[in-house]
Amino acid sequence: MFDYSLGELGSILAMQAFAGLILFSVFVLMALGLAIIFGQMGVINMAHGEFLILGAYVTYITQHLFSDYLPWAQPAYFLVAMVFAFVVSGALGLIVEWLLIRHLYSRPLDTLLATWGLSLIMQQVFRSVFGAREVGVELPDWLMGSLAVTDTIEVQINGLFVMGLTLLITAAVLVLLFRSRWGLQVRAVTANRVMAGAVGIDTRRVDRLTFGLGCGVAGIAGSAFTMIGSTGPTSGQLYIVDTFLVVVFGGAQSLFGTVASALTISQSQSALEFFLSGSMAKVITLLIVIGILMLRPQGLFVLKLRR
Amino acid sequence: MSQDKFKPELVSPFRRKLLMGAAALPALALLGPRPSFAQAATAAVNTTGLAVTDSTVTVGILHSVTGTMAISETGSVQAEKLAISQINAAGGVLGRKIEFIQEDGASDWPTFAEKAKKLLVQDKTAAVFGCWTSASRKAVLPVFEQYNGMLYYPTFYEGLEQSKNVIYTGQEATQQIIAGLDWVAKEKGAKTFYLLGSDYIWPRTSNKIARKHIENHLNLEVVGEEYFPLGHTQFNSAINKIKLKKPDVIYAIIVGGSNVAFYKQLKAAGFDLENKQTLLTISVTEDEIRGIGGENIVGAYACMKYFQSLDNPNNAAFVKAFKDMWGQDIVIGDVTQAAYLGPWLWKLTVEKAGSFDIDKIAAASPGVEFTGAPEGYVRIHENHHLWSKTRVGRARTDGQYDLIYETADLVEPNPFPKGYQ
Repeated sequence: MFDYSLGELGSILAMQAFAGLILFSVFVLMALGLAIIFGQMGVINMAHGEFLILGAYVTYITQHLFSDYLPWAQPAYFLVAMVFAFVVSGALGLIVEWLLIRHLYSRPLDTLLATWGLSLIMQQVFRSVFGAREVGVELPDWLMGSLAVTDTIEVQINGLFVMGLTLLITAAVLVLLFRSRWGLQVRAVTANRVMAGAVGIDTRRVDRLTFGLGCGVAGIAGSAFTMIGSTGPTSGQLYIVDTFLVVVFGGAQSLFGTVASALTISQSQSALEFFLSGSMAKVITLLIVIGILMLRPQGLFVLKLRR
Repeated sequence: MSQDKFKPELVSPFRRKLLMGAAALPALALLGPRPSFAQAATAAVNTTGLAVTDSTVTVGILHSVTGTMAISETGSVQAEKLAISQINAAGGVLGRKIEFIQEDGASDWPTFAEKAKKLLVQDKTAAVFGCWTSASRKAVLPVFEQYNGMLYYPTFYEGLEQSKNVIYTGQEATQQIIAGLDWVAKEKGAKTFYLLGSDYIWPRTSNKIARKHIENHLNLEVVGEEYFPLGHTQFNSAINKIKLKKPDVIYAIIVGGSNVAFYKQLKAAGFDLENKQTLLTISVTEDEIRGIGGENIVGAYACMKYFQSLDNPNNAAFVKAFKDMWGQDIVIGDVTQAAYLGPWLWKLTVEKAGSFDIDKIAAASPGVEFTGAPEGYVRIHENHHLWSKTRVGRARTDGQYDLIYETADLVEPNPFPKGYQ
């Protein structure tokens, strides 16, 4: 570790910090949709990973549509694909809420089972429609490669893109929740469902929109992940464990908690990964999370509520 | 060889016509033995009660067509079905058409064991073509040994195994690894290596062999070795480490979805595999490149025994038949080709042994040669692995490999390599 020059150590630190930030953005993006649904509605959406991958498949389809019909607009397809991903995943979320979830609000454990079943169904549908093999999503050129800041420090363009996207989406969700009338209603329902209903808030409608929004955000995240990961029927499973980890560690009902926990987990993991091997880093990160959850079972941040 | 076996059936209608004109009594006397001859034949070639009739023989196909592994195993199923249909079109095995029963291992190892038992005990299959991961093979191995079945296993794997009841049609680790390392050291002048792998038995064992070979035989240096959990998708920290160590060769044994993430991130981090950085992998076949995207891995070297682009008549016929059966845009990777060898090697072995009996097949296997293999001539070794050539290919943008190097001779399989453990 110490056979590097001072300059090299400096660039190690810079690039590692950047790697940590990318991981942080990925975690936030992954967890945001789940946190909205879990935090605001108490529904554990086991099919979250499949909504992510739905977004990835929508990106794949969009790429092909563009290369077939609008080849001149190819460089911009990725942005359009993300909008599509949001719409498709969100719409499916609304349908699923209407068909399935709304009948199970009084039975939280059954939503766990129902959404898990949903995830299996979605995986098999992906497999039947797109085949069992992973599909390759081609990225526009402007998203590839890296910017050389100095001779030894390079930052990846798609990393920057994911970071920017995360900032944008998180900001949008926060504004929606804390600055809009709908957000006020959501927070009221979270705080006290019965009272919120009594003062005239249509709690069912709020639930449906919340679920749809969560799924839509998952779709955008999935679309962005085609830059860094695989797109296959079961790829969603790769993300689901980390996602739950981030949400539970952060405290289920707080978006700030989700952000803080994503930061903690990503920074410790990427630093540990540098000094140890990938597997050991994961083990130690999990041990730290378990340790902290033993001391604070409710997670890092908790909303103070009167029950 | 097989023609001799058909003779009674092929000749008899002709003989029957000849005999029509002859006296009834001698005709009956000559015709009489025919059915009983066939009966006797079945009894003679099948003394242990396998699913063999006068006209058919039943085999099993056992792969995952659902779950995570379906991505990889689909190609093997397709190859085995192609081989079976070709063998049937050419007259079958000992004059019997092959019928198959397909079971789904569902990417779950206990399910593999259960289905293997079903194929052996209930269906009495004469041979089973199947399994992909080492974990599934380890799960079914006791079943095949207990009920005395025959498994043809297609995947390149870590070695350290040998069974009377298994024929390994893929390469074991030393066959695949050593020739590639020798090549990269000689041709690329590589001095330093960085070993990467997914964290399970095959990459770990393979990297162990690679490290021993690099350090003890080539007298070169391993500057890093690292493993990632299966399904790992964030390689930026590892890539930073590689950047600092500046190895001449990145030696990567990453599998599954992680592969896609690794190569995409490697490219995004500015590694130029085409011109600057040498990367050698033993885990990326044409199948995997479809998910990774040719543009993300172009220039990487892969070391295995088969590439779809191999230029020989066997392979041209094989690729054409495969595409005609399964679609023109399909790709064929190393394991798919190895799976295709299974039914053919079994047919040749049965005909050499003159019997479907498992014990006779196990004993007759060593020395069985298959000249029609797409990869070229192969032969079964005493240890039930295949003698085969090892090849190095270079990835193109279109997801195919250009053949760069192949060993002059067949490489001997050595599942228990001394000095490498």
